[in-house]
Amino acid sequence: MQLRLEQRQSTSRAMQYATPVIAAGLTMIAGIALFGVLGTDPFLALYTFFIQPLTSLYSIGELLIKATPLLLCALGLSVGFKGNVWNIGAEGQLTMGAIASGGLALAVYAQDGPWLLPLMLLAGALGGMAWAAIPAFLRTRFNANEILVSLMLTYVAVQILGHLVHGPWRSPEGFNFPETRTFGDWGQLPILVEGTRLHAGVFVALLVFLAVWLFLSRSFQGFKVTVAGQAPAAAAYAGFSNKSVVWVSLMISGATAGLAGTVEVMGTIQQLQPVISPGYGFAAIIVAFLGRLHPVGVVLASLLMSLMYLGGESLQMSMNLPLAVTGVFQGLLLFFVLGSDVLVRYRIRLVRTHQTEPA
Amino acid sequence: MDGLDAAITILVGAIRAGTPLVFAALGELIAEKSGVLNLGVEGMMLVGAVVGFMVTVTTGSVYIGILAAVAAGMLMSLVFGVLTLSLLTNQVATGLALTIFGVGLSAFLGIKYVGTPINGLKPLDIPVLSDLPVLGPLVFGHDLLIYISFALFAAVAWFLYRSRAGLILRAVGESHDAAHALGYSVIAIRYMAVLFGGACAGLSGAYLSLVYTPQWAENMTAGRGWIALALVVFATWRPGRAMLGAYLFGGITIMGLHVQALGFEVSSHLVATLPYIATIVVLAVISRDATKIRLNAPASLGKPFHPSA
Amino acid sequence: MTPQLDLREITKRYPGCLANDRVGLTVMPGEIHALLGENGAGKSTLVKIIYGVVKPDAGEIWWNGSQVDIANPNAARALGIGMVFQHFNLFESLTVAENISLGIDPGHDLAKLTNEIGEISERYGLPINPHQHIHTLSVGERQRVEIIRCLVQNPRLLIMDEPTSVLTPQEVEKLFETLRRLASEGCSILYISHKLDEIKALCDTATVLRLGKVTARCSPADETPKSLAEMMIGSALPVTKKSTNRELTEEPLLELRGLDLPAADPLGTHLQNVTLTLNRGEVVGLAGVAGNGQKELLAAINGERLAPDKAMLRLDGRDVGRDGPEERRVQGLAFVPEERLGRGSVPEMSLTANTLLTWHHKGQVKRGFVDLAEVSAQAITIREMFDVRCPGVEAEAKSLSGGNLQKFIVGREILQEPEVLILGYPTWGVDVGAAAAIRQAILNLSATGAGVLIVSEDLDELFEICDRIAVIAEGRLSPARRTGNTSIEELGLWMSGQFEAAEVSDAA
Repeated sequence: MQLRLEQRQSTSRAMQYATPVIAAGLTMIAGIALFGVLGTDPFLALYTFFIQPLTSLYSIGELLIKATPLLLCALGLSVGFKGNVWNIGAEGQLTMGAIASGGLALAVYAQDGPWLLPLMLLAGALGGMAWAAIPAFLRTRFNANEILVSLMLTYVAVQILGHLVHGPWRSPEGFNFPETRTFGDWGQLPILVEGTRLHAGVFVALLVFLAVWLFLSRSFQGFKVTVAGQAPAAAAYAGFSNKSVVWVSLMISGATAGLAGTVEVMGTIQQLQPVISPGYGFAAIIVAFLGRLHPVGVVLASLLMSLMYLGGESLQMSMNLPLAVTGVFQGLLLFFVLGSDVLVRYRIRLVRTHQTEPA
Repeated sequence: MDGLDAAITILVGAIRAGTPLVFAALGELIAEKSGVLNLGVEGMMLVGAVVGFMVTVTTGSVYIGILAAVAAGMLMSLVFGVLTLSLLTNQVATGLALTIFGVGLSAFLGIKYVGTPINGLKPLDIPVLSDLPVLGPLVFGHDLLIYISFALFAAVAWFLYRSRAGLILRAVGESHDAAHALGYSVIAIRYMAVLFGGACAGLSGAYLSLVYTPQWAENMTAGRGWIALALVVFATWRPGRAMLGAYLFGGITIMGLHVQALGFEVSSHLVATLPYIATIVVLAVISRDATKIRLNAPASLGKPFHPSA
Repeated sequence: MTPQLDLREITKRYPGCLANDRVGLTVMPGEIHALLGENGAGKSTLVKIIYGVVKPDAGEIWWNGSQVDIANPNAARALGIGMVFQHFNLFESLTVAENISLGIDPGHDLAKLTNEIGEISERYGLPINPHQHIHTLSVGERQRVEIIRCLVQNPRLLIMDEPTSVLTPQEVEKLFETLRRLASEGCSILYISHKLDEIKALCDTATVLRLGKVTARCSPADETPKSLAEMMIGSALPVTKKSTNRELTEEPLLELRGLDLPAADPLGTHLQNVTLTLNRGEVVGLAGVAGNGQKELLAAINGERLAPDKAMLRLDGRDVGRDGPEERRVQGLAFVPEERLGRGSVPEMSLTANTLLTWHHKGQVKRGFVDLAEVSAQAITIREMFDVRCPGVEAEAKSLSGGNLQKFIVGREILQEPEVLILGYPTWGVDVGAAAAIRQAILNLSATGAGVLIVSEDLDELFEICDRIAVIAEGRLSPARRTGNTSIEELGLWMSGQFEAAEVSDAA
């Protein structure tokens, strides 16, 4: 007897919905095993990780705050991944968005007004787009792999931020700490709910969600991106320019990542620091896949991922487990998402064999 | 003589800084030649680095640590192999997953080891030879792993272009359907190539945490796994060029440090961006020549293989 | 006499179809045996079973008097079975000798093998240079490599899967000589084809398959093409109706004027000074051996690669050489590409989405957004008018059979009412019924005044429906001859590039 994969005649709709749930379930099981090995009570740990962060208004606010940049980044990435454009430098574009919008806030420090708020959002989006334009240009002009270029630029962006907050942009009142001034009132997003840190960035994310959904499901340009991703030769036949698909994908994901960085510094941090993201740009890759590259799925996935960040913090505080648990869970989750995806295209069959397979 | 001394110091430094890239790039080169694109090099290196470090601390033996790192790298690549080769997942996405997982896992495992001092692997002290002027430091003054990297290079080059097994590996990477039809076991050959890549990445990580630094710090590979991936493209899938490229990048890293040491007023942050920017520039220049890439890249690189299809 | 190969009750089931249903097949030593059947009859599955690529669900294989279990191609080769696949199993970046070495058992010396290749190539009239890289070879030469790869192992049975579609008529004759010579030396040959005249000319005996079952065993020499066809498809070959009293006018719709285009792919073909005129209401065929620039020419006409000068390509009197595919489409061009799945259609998208793929310039897209109801209605029309058999227009393209998907693509292009329709290998790998329907649709379109250009390897098809035929060889185009004024022999010579001296007077 052996297991064999058999290609399905057409992709299974039911499995498309089931696989993210299966993956989440498998991650949970792996978590129980992991905690078991660590010698902690697995059920208490899972409770602390997944449930406890949802038990107060404050922490639900935190859940939404963390989901916001994840959602923003992942929405943009999912457009690119659909088009087979592998921007994995969202973290760098996020950083650049933060630098651009933060730079604007610092430049007009103490002279701001209501106009600053939309202008910072715009500057952030443009900053992210500018950073994403580099891999787009190098890919379309020189055929350079966008995976490597966008990733390398992440390291560069983080170093540039480090240079700025350690040097030219360091706060004069900051006792030499590597951080900038706190932005003025108009450089901060308003708080939505008393007693939480939940800020208006959530609305930005919701607007972007609607726009991306409309783009992918109804627009002709969105159709072109999808065709280019699934069948490049068919896209060439139909005359959908590959260059424009690369540019559109990278500009969209650059803009959303830039917005994510902006919302993060305007809403949550309110200044620039050497580290402004605990890897949202990378986690968003997982979010995009877990959401099956569909905007609605991405919303749900971003909430789950945000919960994993909070769960890690909550484990650290109440059970003294390292924060890095979150990273392990993230990786496991992505493995399971990708692995269970095989069920969508293939049927798993138990076959009786009396001979060995030639493969 | 001062200039010569400085040059030798830089060259030796370049070789040392380039060696982790040599290991990782040679391993990835073999995997890619078989048609598998494993973007998880960074993750495998990190896990190799942390496991090697932990085992060295626990056993007190660097050598056992190195072996453990190799095994850890292979285990990581096995996960990748099962997913991409047996479950036919997307290679790009799975490689990213492997890196994300490796970053998380290594941070998790190594949390108690940050700052722990160890006795790293020391350069061999060959009597007389190591004391020779110029040749001493350049040829005879290295640590064991650097000599292993030389040997590995020779073995990979011989294997690819002189052995029948290498011919089969190249054939599988060129067209898995044709190789399958001729009766070659595409999946098994790819598993071996992927495992070799994992072993090399583990070794590369061990070099960082046991020889180069030697200590453990979260994310200590700092993108070297990705640079190694880029190196394979620069080298147009040839081991000799990958090796040269690795030393070149080692040199760029070292240069940054020397510029500062010479007292130039440059932000350490900006100096640190140099290897990444250099990678981007070289990648653009090499990729420009589409013909060269087309004729050298394994034709089925990154494509999943399902025998019945 | 003991049969060389004897298959008994071979059965193989795939999801959704019974590929081989208790098939029996007997091949005697030194016999050239035809395996005849149309696309989808189960021929490929059966030979893959013989060669150990596919495992049967039931049945026995007897080899030279004893029952055997062929686990994989290595085992097949060890028995003495060699196979030349329709899709070559060659590695482009490796040399001829390396390719041959990979196809035989290890433990040989490459230098010795190189000598052996030379000997065999001389003995059987298969000239080849062992040191050349495959990507520099023509398709015919590649087939020689495949054949030599089998011959170096002294096979007892040689399987040839549709070997002539990649050859010129003259090369076919040479191949037949080689095969007869082999048979006279005692090697059995299993010859797979759906070309009736070839089988009559070459084969001693034939087994006919239809829908996975053996429907007849016969001696082709005693049969007529008509009787063979009836065994193969169960009825008479469908004929297409050409309207007889059409008057061909000289009103150019598509003009290629000295089109010169270096290959984009380093392994591709350079199009050189390609000149051709396609008139209103005319069907022009482009014959040629695959890999001689057909793909490049189709891409250039479609606009995927732009001409260096806009006047090199004219569509209905307008210079379009610098326009992209979408712009040319707006100006009346439609194109059925050379590959159904992945190029003519997106495999994992619905027929509706695949309609939108090329049909979006006539009100389907409004202010950047897609009118899905409109597109879906068009998909339904295509499905009905072209008898596309599928559960519905939301079915994925990859779930359709080859013939049905091709009918859908042809329908999608024809219903756009193009002035000029270009088709690449429109009936390749399609069942006889669908092929006839496609040919008829092409003729009907031309009767309404459109110009049609067909690129095909199937000369019979071109002779059946074309008004004029030209040949493409090594990126250059021969003059186009009226179908009645040319012959298979002449086109065959042209296919090998010998048309410099041909008169151009007959063009148009």
